[in-house]
Order: sequence, then structure tokens, then C-alpha cells
Amino acid sequence: MTTMITNSPTRYGWASIILHWLIALIFIGQFVLGFIMVRIESQRAAFELIQLHKSFGFLLLGLVILRIAWRLGNATPALPSSVGALERRTAPVAHFALYAFQLALPFSGWALVSVSMLEIPSMPFSLFVIPNLPLAMSDAAESFWTEAHWYLAYAGIALVVLHALAALRHHYWLRDSVLVRMITPSSAQDVE
Amino acid sequence: MYARILGLAAFAACLAMPVFAAVALSDAAGSYTISPAGSSIRFTIGKAGGGGFDGAFARFKGTIRIDNSDVGRSAVNLTIYPESVGTGQGRIDAFLRSDAVFDAANSPEIKFRSTSVKRTSDTTALVTGQLTARGKTFAEKFTAELGGLKGGTIKFHVTGKVLRSRYGMDVGTPIYSNVVNFDMTLTGKRG
Repeated sequence: MTTMITNSPTRYGWASIILHWLIALIFIGQFVLGFIMVRIESQRAAFELIQLHKSFGFLLLGLVILRIAWRLGNATPALPSSVGALERRTAPVAHFALYAFQLALPFSGWALVSVSMLEIPSMPFSLFVIPNLPLAMSDAAESFWTEAHWYLAYAGIALVVLHALAALRHHYWLRDSVLVRMITPSSAQDVE
Repeated sequence: MYARILGLAAFAACLAMPVFAAVALSDAAGSYTISPAGSSIRFTIGKAGGGGFDGAFARFKGTIRIDNSDVGRSAVNLTIYPESVGTGQGRIDAFLRSDAVFDAANSPEIKFRSTSVKRTSDTTALVTGQLTARGKTFAEKFTAELGGLKGGTIKFHVTGKVLRSRYGMDVGTPIYSNVVNFDMTLTGKRG
């Protein structure tokens, strides 16, 4: 088990697997929370849900930075032989885009609260204050970042759906190890 | 010659002296109606990371009665209409009026009724009373400083701290402090 924390050329380690699923859970949860919090009638509940959304957004940003650092400092397992030529070229592009969305969403949210004329401090999980990004406050800037955050969220969640469908295709149709190797380190060898 | 100059200087100094410096209790005694024109009720709430959040109530009414023989028997009544809250940000005003904070639709009045007035110096007094907001009543203390008395108009500067959580208005803590700092100027007109 101890040797299974880091990645190897043939499989993902526990650190990559846990970061993947934890971030996936928060990312999808944030989409649902964001959708609800701007539609809920109670102003108090809306305020509290928005603060919760900000808290998880900052947590997500921290985890994503950790994940990118881990990815850059670790081996990337090779794709199994079942993966075709087209997918070998497109999958890295899709994965790069997924990372870009994982960064762009928390950053656009952070920009949104930074430029808002409401000037509500960011205090993730009531622990400590995170300063605003050095951006000029205005109603116009707030509208811009609100829209940007929404478009990024819809595009990001669409990419997540595509990513999940691709993983399911590998598991049920191509019957290779692409999905299961992201579930446990040992399952990569089991399938191949 | 010198005596005359000194005498003139003393007379001039008396003229220049602020009116409130030597208000005799007997002069101030009486009943006053708070006049919105010369009055303001402002509040500040501290924010995590520094700075604060300011607002004011535009509509309120009240009376001040100063007892002739015993300041301790003086009384203050104040009614604030939370619907009139203003912060300079329409979205924040709407939030404050909503059931998240004041619930102005169901609790249209915030009331203060003094229960005791203790004189703490020539021009200051500690006013204790019952503050009622959103159906909850607690004892609160305010410091009143006499600002002036002129032609039947009396002016007080009133400050005090209120814990909003007790009145069911704890939304946003600890991002926004639980302590609301009140800063009021109350001008009363005799009668």
C-alpha cells in the first residue's frame, strides 16, 4: 500500500485517485449548489448558501493547485493499447481543458466576489479571511464576472459529462482499464 | 484700564462659550418631541479583515422627557421603522428589510423604552431601557451626551452597542460582527 501513493508508468497512485474523486465531488456539488443558491427564495438561506459555495470554491482551488503540482511531479500512466489513435490525440486536449476549467471556475468566482460592490469578505468555513483579487470594483465588473462564472460552469459541467461518458465507454464498451485504474491502484493490473 | 480690558475679555468669553457648557437642569427640564430634521440614527458593523458596514434609518419618532427635580426620572422613547434602512446599496437594503434581518413586513417597528437614566457627568447620562425588535426584548444601555440647548431645542449625541444575535438577526456572523455600534444625534423640540 505504501508504494501505491505515487503514480507509476502503469497505474495511478492513491494520491491521484483521491484528489480526482474529491475534486469531482466538489466540482459537481458546486454546480448544483450554485444553481440552487441563486434561485432560492429565502434571502437568509441564499446568503448562507453563497458563503458555503465560496468556502468550497476556495477549498477546490487549493486542491486543484495541489493536484496540478502532484501531476507535474509524478509519472503519468500510459494509456492502454485499446485506446485508438484519435483518442490518443484528443484525450490530452480534453484533460488539459478539464484542468483549465478547474482553475478558471474558482478564479472567476474569486474575481466576482472581489469586484462586487457588496464587498462581502471571503471567509471560507468561517476560518480566516481571504483577500480580494486586485481588481476594480463596479457593478459592470460584477455583471461581467457573474456571466463569465456561469458560462464557465455550464461549459465545465458539459465537459465533465463528456469525460464521464468517455470513461463509461471504456469500461462497458471497450472493456479496458481506463475507468477502473482511477478507482484503485491495483485494479489497473487486474484488468490488463 | 487693564481691569476694563479684562472685564470685556471675560464678557466676550461668556458670549463665545458653547451654549451646552452650562445648561442648568431647570432650563432643560420638559418634554421634547424628536425632530427628524436635526436627528440621525446611524449604525456600523465591523467586518472580518477590517473595515465596516454603515447604514442609517431615515424614519423614526420619539420623545425625551427631562424631569425637573430628578434626572433619574427622565425618560426616552424611540421607535425606529426598519423599512427605512439605507446603506447606499439597494441590494443590501433589500436584504436588511427581508426576513433575513429585520423582517420589516412582519415587524415594522423597533422600539426602545427607557427604564432608568443615570447622570454620569454634567453633560452625560447612561440610559438603560428595553429594546424590542422582531418580537424579542432585551435590556440595552446607551450613553447620551448633551450637545446643546437653545430656544426650546435640545440635542443629544447617543452611542451604544447592541448584540444583533439576540434579536434573531445573527445572519452573516462571523463575517460581520455581532456587535452593532449605534451613533445617533437626537434633536428634540419642546412640546
